[in-house]
Amino acid sequence: MPLFWLILAVLGVALAGFILGRSRALGHAGGDSRGLHSLPNYYGWNVALKIMVPAFGLLVVWLLLQPLYITSQISEMIPEASVADGGSLGLVLAEVRRAAEGLDAAVASGAMTEEFARDVRADFADVTQRLKDAGQIVTGTITQPILNAAQSYRIMTATGNMAMSVAVLVLALAGLAWGLRQTGVSFRARNVVETSVRALLIAAASVAILTTVGIVLSLVFNTVEFFRLYPASEFFFGTNWAPSFSGRGGASDLGVIPLLWGTFYISIVALLVAVPIGLFAAIYLSEYASSRVRSIAKPAIEVLAGIPTIVYGLFALLTVGPLLMEVFGKEGLGWMQSGTSVMTAGLVMGIMLIPFVSSLSDDIINAVPQAMRDGSYGLGATQSETIRQVVLPAALPGIVGAILLAASRAIGETMIVVLGAGAAARLELNPFEAMTTVTAKIVSQLTGDADFASPEALVAFALGMTLFVLTLGLNVFALFIVRKYREQYE
Amino acid sequence: MTDASIDTAPAAGGKGSLLGSDARTKKRNAAEKRFRLYGMAAIAIGLFFLLVLFVSIIRSGAPAFTRTVVDVEFTLTQAEFEAAESELFKTKAYSNLFIQKLKSQLDAAGVEAEFDESAIERLLGKVGSTLREFYRANPEQLGQPVDFELAASSRVDGYFKGRVSRDTLQDSRFLQVSDLDLVDRLEEAGVIRQAFNWPFITGADSGVDNPGGAGIGASVVGSFFMMLVVLALSLPIGVAASIYLEEFAPKNRWTDLIEVNISNLAAVPSIVFGILGLAVFIQFMHLPQSAPLVGGLVLTLMTLPTIIISTRASLRAVPPSIRDAALGVGASKMQAVFHHVLPLAMPGILTGTIIGLAQALGETAPLLLIGMVGFVARGYPDGFIAGFTEPNSAMPAQIYTWATRADAGFYEKAWGGIIILLAFLLTMNIIAIILRRRFERRW
Repeated sequence: MPLFWLILAVLGVALAGFILGRSRALGHAGGDSRGLHSLPNYYGWNVALKIMVPAFGLLVVWLLLQPLYITSQISEMIPEASVADGGSLGLVLAEVRRAAEGLDAAVASGAMTEEFARDVRADFADVTQRLKDAGQIVTGTITQPILNAAQSYRIMTATGNMAMSVAVLVLALAGLAWGLRQTGVSFRARNVVETSVRALLIAAASVAILTTVGIVLSLVFNTVEFFRLYPASEFFFGTNWAPSFSGRGGASDLGVIPLLWGTFYISIVALLVAVPIGLFAAIYLSEYASSRVRSIAKPAIEVLAGIPTIVYGLFALLTVGPLLMEVFGKEGLGWMQSGTSVMTAGLVMGIMLIPFVSSLSDDIINAVPQAMRDGSYGLGATQSETIRQVVLPAALPGIVGAILLAASRAIGETMIVVLGAGAAARLELNPFEAMTTVTAKIVSQLTGDADFASPEALVAFALGMTLFVLTLGLNVFALFIVRKYREQYE
Repeated sequence: MTDASIDTAPAAGGKGSLLGSDARTKKRNAAEKRFRLYGMAAIAIGLFFLLVLFVSIIRSGAPAFTRTVVDVEFTLTQAEFEAAESELFKTKAYSNLFIQKLKSQLDAAGVEAEFDESAIERLLGKVGSTLREFYRANPEQLGQPVDFELAASSRVDGYFKGRVSRDTLQDSRFLQVSDLDLVDRLEEAGVIRQAFNWPFITGADSGVDNPGGAGIGASVVGSFFMMLVVLALSLPIGVAASIYLEEFAPKNRWTDLIEVNISNLAAVPSIVFGILGLAVFIQFMHLPQSAPLVGGLVLTLMTLPTIIISTRASLRAVPPSIRDAALGVGASKMQAVFHHVLPLAMPGILTGTIIGLAQALGETAPLLLIGMVGFVARGYPDGFIAGFTEPNSAMPAQIYTWATRADAGFYEKAWGGIIILLAFLLTMNIIAIILRRRFERRW
């Protein structure tokens, strides 16, 4: 893998630069580091940073821009006619890329020579035959222009990679020369190095902003694309969810209401389980339990939060579902058709959320000043009366915040509902029916061989956007409540 | 906490009252007791759920670690080999030889059994081709006794583990009731037995119709390469970001923006990170689909907030006197942080990182979106770099794939996979706890 070697080469130059810079600085000072402005290592670091930062920066930028440039060049080559028959340019480009990969693999396996793979005048039938011989999948959609585009795609990629390696290495060597030229007795190496390290620290901290920007952009662009293909009003107000599986052309109903209903229904069931249990557990642990009970029970309950959600999903599908079927299924009360239902997923999700509610509420209850309890006891209240009438009202904003955070977790939870809630989108009240959620549908629309240009796949981004806005809103609201009322009792 | 509550609790008991407890006091005391009971019940329910969860994991997952094998000592002479190779149906010739040997072995053990070739095929799969491949690959073994350990089919395995019984079994081309009698005979003769299931731990995923051959090894390797990426990226970036925010950041809008972003990212549902990975890394950057590299990048972004939050806490726990002392003897601010504060905060940082890694290891949803589903884990990667770029799965995604398959034999594998996943998580958490206990200093 040439990229790997390129990175190694730059690192090697940097190492050489470090050693050279250090020894050159020491040499200037006559071997006595006291004559230098900074410690000798800083001169080494100065050279190494001047090699690595520009070289790797260029590498990253080049890797990001090259595919964009090549794609724009290639799309000019493709005649209108190959796109017109119902497809999109993106599909054709994907086909070009696949054909180019096929050519690469064929050359690697020796089925054709490099010259042959590059020959633009090569016979179309001959090339595809040789591709097939090399064990490459040749779809029926490959045509002469696509093959030519694939050939120039390969050539451009190869030239681009070559140019990139040269440019990066030249930049690294230039950095080496620059750093070594600077090195001298009075050069303030430490200040320069510390300024650049500081810049690197800022860059690392900004990754968080980049991530958010990346999330928002990827959601927004694809959502806008989706709304161009599918009317927004039908998405937001449609009460029917029935994507056609045939791909493009089929009439799909993509209304989000049934999914939101399933999401909220399951979350409510989960909160009905988690909030009472979690809250009472928190009250008991912080107000009644001896320190020994507390030291055992608190971590034991928090283990529930450390278990991966796939475990809960399997637990819902294979343990809780069949158990509920025995009670509420055909042999029992007859309310339940299958093991996957709102109740199954909600119960298990509730178990998962217990530690969220309990440890957050525990902290908040502990933060209520003891003087308030003492005042209440002094008036003759029992312990439970104190808790109900003094401690809980004082802790209420924090507890509401904790519950809202738990609700946001419940809405965003995926694996439990994918495995435990079923796949049918329904608008019903019976909690023993299978329903589905926003997250489960994101998974089902984006896994498999969906092509990203169809509304059936793009709807997942609109669903993701809905989910992102919902959970973000809940989190901000929870923080707002906690912040606004927190200092009241301190 | 609370001298006051200890003092007042007995007083509220009301026993010492001169007038005896009136109805209202009784009511209040009953309410007190009830309230306390609710609390205890809540704790008990929580612990009960934990117990049920672990019992069902262990009970359903343990069978995945045993498999049913048939031991046959088999000797093939050169003449028999040549005779079999010259026949038209070569594998049939081998299975006939095998059946003869098995019969004689049963006779020697004094067990009578009647079976034909199709029964053997239902029990052991295509024995003939297994034998033929072995002897064609190892001709030097001809004429010498070889111990064959042949895996029984997953339905026979299910019979041993109680998944399949005579009452529920319907005759099919996979297994018939008469085969179970044969299995019982074989067990009497000591030919068929339960053995530790190494192929489950070292193997790769199998086809949808072969639950017996499915193993988790390949996806463990996938998870390992993903964790390498997460560790190599999230530790330096997380530590650098925390150092900046905790030690250098001026109070301005940019810093506020970063802080708000980090706390929001910590609460974004994991599946949204999967969408990000799909759109940015695969659609936009054209990184290879289903590659552990992409999975690692996505999980890095997801665990960064966790690592930053815990790293900042441990940097904050280093007392300011350390910084002041370093600055006092002439260190620059950067030197004070990198030479003194950071080493002292390292145990806390490592603990937080391990916990973040454990979280990332158990994450499933984003991996499904970038194509790391179980069925791509068909084998081990060819080399170190291929480990990052070749399609592979990860443990939780592999478990998910098994859980969604129709054959109930895969459920056992899924539970078994969970035991392995939890074993990894437990080890990581124990390491984190030991690190904290041993190296954490209280100032």
